[in-house]
Amino acid sequence: MKINTNSNTYTIVYACIVVIVVAFLLAFVSSALKAPSEANVRIDKKKQILASLNIRGVEDSQVESEYSRVVVADEIVNAQGTVVNEGKNKDQDGFAVDRKEMTADNLPVFVCNVNGETKYVLPLVGKGLWGTIWGYLALNDDCRTVYGAYFSHQSETAGLGSLITEEKFQNEFKGKKITDDAGNVVIDVVKYGKVTDPTTQCDGISGATLTTNGVRDMIHQYLGMYKAYLQQHQK
Amino acid sequence: MSKLFSKENRQVFAAPLNLDNPILIQVLGICSALAVTAQLEPAIVMGLSVTVITAFSNVIISLIRKTIPNRIRIIIQLVVVAALVTIVSMILTAFAYDVSVQLSVYVGLIITNCILMGRLEAFAMMNGPWESFLDGIGNGLGYAYILVIVGAVRELLGSGTLLGFTIIPEGAYAAGYVNNGMMTMPAMALIILGCVIWVHRSINKEEKK
Repeated sequence: MKINTNSNTYTIVYACIVVIVVAFLLAFVSSALKAPSEANVRIDKKKQILASLNIRGVEDSQVESEYSRVVVADEIVNAQGTVVNEGKNKDQDGFAVDRKEMTADNLPVFVCNVNGETKYVLPLVGKGLWGTIWGYLALNDDCRTVYGAYFSHQSETAGLGSLITEEKFQNEFKGKKITDDAGNVVIDVVKYGKVTDPTTQCDGISGATLTTNGVRDMIHQYLGMYKAYLQQHQK
Repeated sequence: MSKLFSKENRQVFAAPLNLDNPILIQVLGICSALAVTAQLEPAIVMGLSVTVITAFSNVIISLIRKTIPNRIRIIIQLVVVAALVTIVSMILTAFAYDVSVQLSVYVGLIITNCILMGRLEAFAMMNGPWESFLDGIGNGLGYAYILVIVGAVRELLGSGTLLGFTIIPEGAYAAGYVNNGMMTMPAMALIILGCVIWVHRSINKEEKK
C-alpha cells in the first residue's frame, strides 16, 4: 500500500507523532541530567560568594568544603532588620533564595567567618546596560566598610561592560566606606580616572559608564533595603 | 568497506573543509563565528557542538527523508535540530558548566545557524544516512576550524593568552607591549574573518576557475 505523503491527514498525523516523540525525548534527557546540572549551579553560586570574600580560584571539588568552612549561616532578613530565618544549615535557607525572588521581606545575608573575623555577604541584583547584573558585596564586621565584592552579568558588552567580572574592577571596592555617620549610602562608582574621594569612590571602567552606573544603583538599592539590619550590627 | 570510503564519499567529506567551506565560500554561519570567538575555548566547544549537531541532524533527516510530508519539511527539520540543540545544551550544563555559561545564548542560536538548515535542505533530504553523516561532519569541521583560527588570533592578541595560558611573556609587557582591546570586540572578528577569506581565495584562485 502506497501512502500519499502529501495528504492533509498524513501531514497532521506525522506532525503530531514527531512532536510527541521529541517531547518525550527532551523530558527524559532533562530529568536524567537534572542532578548534575543543579549541582553545577550550586557550586557556581558558592564560588561567587567565596569570590566576594576574596577567596578566588577554588577548585570545583573544593568549593563545597571551603564554603561550609567559611560560611556560618545563611540568614533571611527583612527590610525592618528582623531575622526571619536563622539559616543554620548554611545552604538551605538564604542560599536557596533565587536572585529573582529577593524582595523587601526576603533578603538573604551570608554570615561568614574569615580568619576569625565576621563578615557579612549581601547578594545584589540590578540592571546593567543590556540585561541583568548581579553580585555579592562582603562587608567587614563593623558593617561600615567593604571587605570584597564580586559582580557578574548576563549580556553586558564584551570587553567593556563585561569587565565588571574582572578582579581589577572588583578590587576597587575593597575598604570603601558604604555609609556616612548619618546612615546615608555614600559608596559610589565614578567615571574612570575621576576619583576625588578615595574613601568612598571606586574607579569605573572607561567605555562602560552605563554598566558601572548600574552597579552603583544596584549597591545603593540593596544597601537601602539592608539598612535596618546593618545598623543593628554596626560597631 | 571500500564503498563506505569511495571517492565520492571522500569528496563529500573533504569539500566543505576547503573548496566548499561553509564560512569561507558560502559565507554562512557568520553571526555565531563573530560572537563566540573572543577566546579559543568557547570557539572549540562551539565548533564541536555544531559538528555533532549537523552530523546527527543530517543522519536523522536522511533516515526519515522519504516519510517527511513535503509541505512541512522545514518545520520537521527545525524540530529535529531544535531537539538536538536542547539536548546538547543540557549536556553542557551538566558536564561543562563554565563553558555553557560562556556560550550562554549562542548554544540556543545553533538552531538558527544557516549551515544546519542549509545542509539538511540541500543534502540530507536527497542522500542516504552515511553520506549525510560525512557531509555533516565535514561541514561542521569546516566551520569549527575557521572558528578556532579566529578565536586563537583574537585571544592571543586581545588577552595575550591561549586557552587561558599566558603566552606573551611578562618581559614584553614590561617593554611596553599592550594587549589590543579591540581584538575582544566582535568588529575585529569580522576583519580577521575577512582576512582569512582573502588568504583562502588567493590561494585557491586557480582551482576555482
